[in-house]
Amino acid sequence: MSYNKEAEKFIEEKFGDKIIEKIIFRGELTFIAGKDDIIDILRSLYEDETFAYNFLTDLTATDWPDRKERHEVVYLLFSFKDYSRVRFKVRLREGERIPTATVIWDSANWLEREVFDLFGVHFEGHPNLTKILTPDDLEGHPLQKDYSLTYEIPQFSHNKDQPPEVT
Amino acid sequence: MGPQHPATHGVLRVVLELDGERIIKAEPVIGYLHTGIEKTAESKLYHKVVPLTDRMDYLAPMSNNLGYCLAVEKLLDLDIPPKAQWARVCLTELTRINSHLVWVGTHAMDIGAMSMSLYAFREREHILGIYELVSGQRMMSSYFRIGGLMKDLPSNFNREVQKVIDLLPSRIREYEDLLTDNRIWRNRTTGVGILAREDALKSSITGPMLRATGVGYDLRKAIPYSSYDKFDFEIPTRTEGDTFARYEVRMAEMYQSLKIAQQAIDGMPEGPFQANAPGIVSPPKEKVLNEMEALIFHFKIVTEGFHPPEGEVYVGIESPKGEIGYYIVSDGSPKPYRMRVRPPCFINLASLPKLCEGGLVADVITNIGSVDIVLGEVDR
Repeated sequence: MSYNKEAEKFIEEKFGDKIIEKIIFRGELTFIAGKDDIIDILRSLYEDETFAYNFLTDLTATDWPDRKERHEVVYLLFSFKDYSRVRFKVRLREGERIPTATVIWDSANWLEREVFDLFGVHFEGHPNLTKILTPDDLEGHPLQKDYSLTYEIPQFSHNKDQPPEVT
Repeated sequence: MGPQHPATHGVLRVVLELDGERIIKAEPVIGYLHTGIEKTAESKLYHKVVPLTDRMDYLAPMSNNLGYCLAVEKLLDLDIPPKAQWARVCLTELTRINSHLVWVGTHAMDIGAMSMSLYAFREREHILGIYELVSGQRMMSSYFRIGGLMKDLPSNFNREVQKVIDLLPSRIREYEDLLTDNRIWRNRTTGVGILAREDALKSSITGPMLRATGVGYDLRKAIPYSSYDKFDFEIPTRTEGDTFARYEVRMAEMYQSLKIAQQAIDGMPEGPFQANAPGIVSPPKEKVLNEMEALIFHFKIVTEGFHPPEGEVYVGIESPKGEIGYYIVSDGSPKPYRMRVRPPCFINLASLPKLCEGGLVADVITNIGSVDIVLGEVDR
């Protein structure tokens, strides 16, 4: 299923210079926007009746430690009108905060908590930004690329006296 | 309440604030089963992620496999031969029945109809038999692979599936006889855990929960994948949005799934079961043993994997629980740079406070059951 070309034109015209970049790959439409504009864009798409991108399918992030703007927060919107999708991305430097989308969707609550927990992105104005998946005593954010996978050597009778080895 | 509670379907903890029997506030606490599947996937070759996906929603392994395979196939721009597509449709529909059977059994047991779970698990055994027939595994089948299927369907596949299709409708009707007009069942479910349509949309609810509020959204019709557009079926919806409506939707879906599975085996095309994509799809075992080129391809796939183009794709499919989506970011290396699973149970469970608050303590169990969660997928 490819993207809606009219919606593409509409978004480009309406938001103009707020859109930093447009990417089309395998029939999927992606826009990159700034962190200060994103909630305005999402809200006006939410309220817009013509294309009705008012369903937040997913909110997630990716981590690029080598880039200057390390985090990418990804919003995937869906329209019940023509069943098309559009994706928005915001790039953030390490430690930068992004306004919360909970003001528009209730589902953003848990999804943002998950991104906070696993990536360490702070959402400004979130009602309850606490860890959700990882244990309370775990430090760091596991889905960051420089958080390495570890393996604990299982203890058997032959090595039970040695301290657990973590590699 | 919980985490070790038999009616939370795994390890879910719900912090309840009560005023007598009334619930003022309910806060689900999750993460007890967090295994870091998304992180693990980043360190594995594309092929080797398939078995990980089984272990999220372990009641619907085939749906999880299908979503992942479709996402990678979209990334690679692969065409899948019709036989594999039909087999995938048939097996994912049986998976839907499998998942719904466990749901109706456990949900009814939570509410007090103990015998339902025994009957439902008895019927589920037939579907697990089909899993074993095709893949050798009863639960973690990993039968769908990138580019097609693990191996060809066995020669008695159609016959065995036909047996299941012939058996199940009368059994499902039996369950309906037990539950639908049962006064206790009605009293426990009607008007309990009502979710309004606007709330459901704002909470990104998908699957039977959304369809019970009157939105006929089903990805099999909305964005047909794997040739679902060639099958004839209906999307059952209800408008009440309560637990009973969700029950009715799931029961009606089972009949539709049987209808699709019947069409799939009747119209099963001939031909290859894997895409013709050397370097991506493993050659058949006989060739690997007899031909030099096949051995080289096999060796390269296992050791090095394949290099998909840089880019990102999202594919969502209709799993029994709702929309399960795979968002894969590739940086051109043989391992996924990022594999995100859009978890239907996680997002549906987030609306549990809405269902519970203002209700009675006894209905918390009903509400958890009717959301239909698998904690393996909620936590991943």
